[in-house]
Amino acid sequence: MQKIVGEMTFKKISILIVIALFAVVSACETIMPDEPAPEEVLAEPIEDLTPAQLNLHLQGDGEFARIFSQAEGLGPIFVQASCESCHIGDGKGHLFTALTRFGQYEQDGVTWNSLLNQGGPQLQHRSIANYPAEAIPNGVRQATFIAPNVTGLGFLEAVTDQTILDLMNEQALAGIVSGTVNYVDAPDFFTPKAHHIPNGQGQYIGRFGRKAAAIDLVHQTTNAYKQDMGITSDFDLQDPINYAVSGLSGDNVADPEIPAGTVNAVAFYIQTLKAPPRRNTNDPQVIAGENIFKQIGCENCHKQTLTAGPSIISEINNKDFHPYTDMLLHDMGPELDDGYTEGSVATSEWRTMPLWGLGLQKDSQGGTQFLLHDGRATNYNQAIQLHGGEADFARANYRQLSQAQKDQLFKFLDSL
Amino acid sequence: MKTRIILFIFALFGVNAFAQQDTTKVWQRTGTGDSTDTQQDAIYNRPFITVGKSSTAVGGYLEGNTNYFVEDGITEGFSMELRRFNIFLYSTISSRIRFLSELEFEHGTKEIALETALLDFRVNNSLNIRGGIILPQLGLFNANHDSPNWEFVERPLSSTQIIPTTLSEVGFGVNGKFYLGNNIIGYDAYLINGLQSGVVLNDQGRTFLEAGKSEEMFGEDNNGMPGFNGRIGLANRKWGEVGASYYTAVYNDFRVDGTTVADKNSLHIFALDYNTSWGKLTAKGEYVYAFVEIPTELNGLYASEQHGGFIDLIYPIIERQMAGYKNAKINLSTRLEYVDLNYGTIPETGAQIRDDIYSLAVGLSFRPTPTTIFRANYRYQWQTDFLGNPAVNTAGIQVGFATYF
Ligand code: HEC
Ligand code: HEC
Repeated sequence: MQKIVGEMTFKKISILIVIALFAVVSACETIMPDEPAPEEVLAEPIEDLTPAQLNLHLQGDGEFARIFSQAEGLGPIFVQASCESCHIGDGKGHLFTALTRFGQYEQDGVTWNSLLNQGGPQLQHRSIANYPAEAIPNGVRQATFIAPNVTGLGFLEAVTDQTILDLMNEQALAGIVSGTVNYVDAPDFFTPKAHHIPNGQGQYIGRFGRKAAAIDLVHQTTNAYKQDMGITSDFDLQDPINYAVSGLSGDNVADPEIPAGTVNAVAFYIQTLKAPPRRNTNDPQVIAGENIFKQIGCENCHKQTLTAGPSIISEINNKDFHPYTDMLLHDMGPELDDGYTEGSVATSEWRTMPLWGLGLQKDSQGGTQFLLHDGRATNYNQAIQLHGGEADFARANYRQLSQAQKDQLFKFLDSL
Repeated sequence: MKTRIILFIFALFGVNAFAQQDTTKVWQRTGTGDSTDTQQDAIYNRPFITVGKSSTAVGGYLEGNTNYFVEDGITEGFSMELRRFNIFLYSTISSRIRFLSELEFEHGTKEIALETALLDFRVNNSLNIRGGIILPQLGLFNANHDSPNWEFVERPLSSTQIIPTTLSEVGFGVNGKFYLGNNIIGYDAYLINGLQSGVVLNDQGRTFLEAGKSEEMFGEDNNGMPGFNGRIGLANRKWGEVGASYYTAVYNDFRVDGTTVADKNSLHIFALDYNTSWGKLTAKGEYVYAFVEIPTELNGLYASEQHGGFIDLIYPIIERQMAGYKNAKINLSTRLEYVDLNYGTIPETGAQIRDDIYSLAVGLSFRPTPTTIFRANYRYQWQTDFLGNPAVNTAGIQVGFATYF
């Protein structure tokens, strides 16, 4: 290089720089990171959104990722500072971000008390500066919950109440499993859609959350803002309270800390996330595993195909989809009975977890797999072995399988 | 306020323009003005223009660049920015007293900050008393952050993600140098107000010292407990300079209206800096450790320990007369860097918390003079979240310039 004769002129320098830049830019393909294949990620919008819908989706995406500071209203007591910290990449949560809920039965032994006047139903074990975190009152019952996927929930939200009730009745007739629904009190801000069918007491079917205590995504999102982050919205103006300090709530931020529009944008974002994609569907092992899944009775609860009702989102509107859930709650036996519940269901009853997205969950759980409501199982075998109650027969069938067949079943679950 | 500052600046330049015929470009240096300059002198080691016969000199730098970044295959496209426009005012008030200030405009007039406004009273070489808004001596970068001195557009991770460069503090203290043969030992020691409560519960959701900066830091301490900053450096005419620095402060509002309402939470930052050359190859960088006391309610979520550093390797591949500039250079350089933003284990599983960033950058720069740089950088970064999920990969190209004026 030192041997170039004569003075380097500006022209020469410019030519050199242009050549260097050109080389770099043309190498861009190889020196820039690739986009992961669409079947490897959850956090993507469904196709065919209109530009306006896509724009709203992106707005909600930004809010879902937004981390709240104390100055922006976080707390005074909270669990985490953003939706995304628990629902990383819209996937499942980790034990570290798990939340704890508590409550107890009334004297009558049947009416569940969420202990609203003692800080229930959710523990906020973190707090803003100079304010103590909440502690669980003595002698109450509790359960731990890890975050589920939030992808594909727009499809589940669009399933009509009638479809869910029909499934419940079908199961009652067939007599293999007997799913039930959780009727919950609707919050003031809930506006029923055409397909919602209240019961005699004006309660509605819950469909989100592991105890199915939230009726729709706006309900779930409003509760998440309040209970998980201590963020008040137009829909719920009350911060969570630490009753050990005083009966009054209060960070120093004016309420509502976010407008209704933000809650709605986030709910729309979740509504319009694509259904979790599948992988290796043509692998003979996967196909064999799928057959086993159906043969041994898993599909009685983890129902492969549901049909959405009417929706303004064209890709959801009256379409079939494959969540591997019946959206009903089942008695899972003493194995999964934590003594805690919500609404009117028994403590041993849990909503059938949709199995879509199982194969990608390690990517949001730090490389390990945490299964069931509190993440107590770390592989499929453990999770299935903890299926008691109504699922006892399927577990018995599973125990009859050869190791090779079990492996095929696991391959199938991984392809979801 | 903003407009007034801008008007003031233009007025200054107006004076400068009229006085053009007798302006002279000078290098102001502390001490001897020879090769005995150390890290301590970086703030004075800048070109200034003296206006007429005034004792006041003006200087500054301007930095701009283009950005093209791709994150996991997605790009926001190409953009241009005028990152910084900084102005220095320097004044020799008397033979022993001098004044220096630096005003920074970041991204146009979006952020305006008074980074330095200090008064020095020099007793002798080994004792100088300093007060005002000072730049703490912490690591290599904070007190030597002028963009034209660096081969890379981006500031190092250890001095953005951990040390919150540019960290300015109201404070006072002493500095000085001792000469021992070929060696110079320099020291700095200041009392400062210290970072404030935004270190946690900020909008980054992690321990982030940058968020502990606040406008009020220049007016009043948040808890009435001053912090401390100090550095000891050893410079050698042959092999360069190493330094060890320390910063500590109580950051939370543990006292409200004189009443103690919480435990004190302090933070401690230790840094090593080095700047050395072997033949034509220059190596410089820093390594930083931060220890932050976290209230029990926030344990784990907010890091109590962070560390990281960088090394810049710079090699002039061409040094000759170019485009009429006598001592022009073309440098090839690389930067390796790493920060662990939450050193610890996940209580629920015992696994290591990740929350780290690795980055590799290469650069090609043209320096017609030592005070002006045209540079092109390529940077690749791997960022892993708290739990250790698949890294977010970001790469990009930046082309830019930075020059003192
Ligand atoms: C502290 C961790 C945490 C945070 C923060 C959090 N979530 Fe959740 N999320 C959970 C857990 C745990 C569940 C399961 C709750 C249950 O079973 O009742 C859940 C359930 C949900 C569900 C229902 C999923 C299903 O399949 O039924 C949605 C939707 C949801 N969250 C959205 C959000 C949104 C939106 C935010 C931010 C406003 C948010 N979450 C913040 C942990 C969190
Ligand atoms: C009686 C209904 C029922 C049957 C039959 C059933 N499951 Fe489940 N399954 C559930 C419920 C309810 C849950 C959620 C339990 C919880 O949240 O703790 C669940 C959870 C799971 C999970 C964990 C999902 C997650 O995200 O954590 C897996 C895996 C699973 N089932 C696989 C199977 C397989 C394989 C079979 C067949 C052997 C099967 N299940 C049969 C009801 C059933």
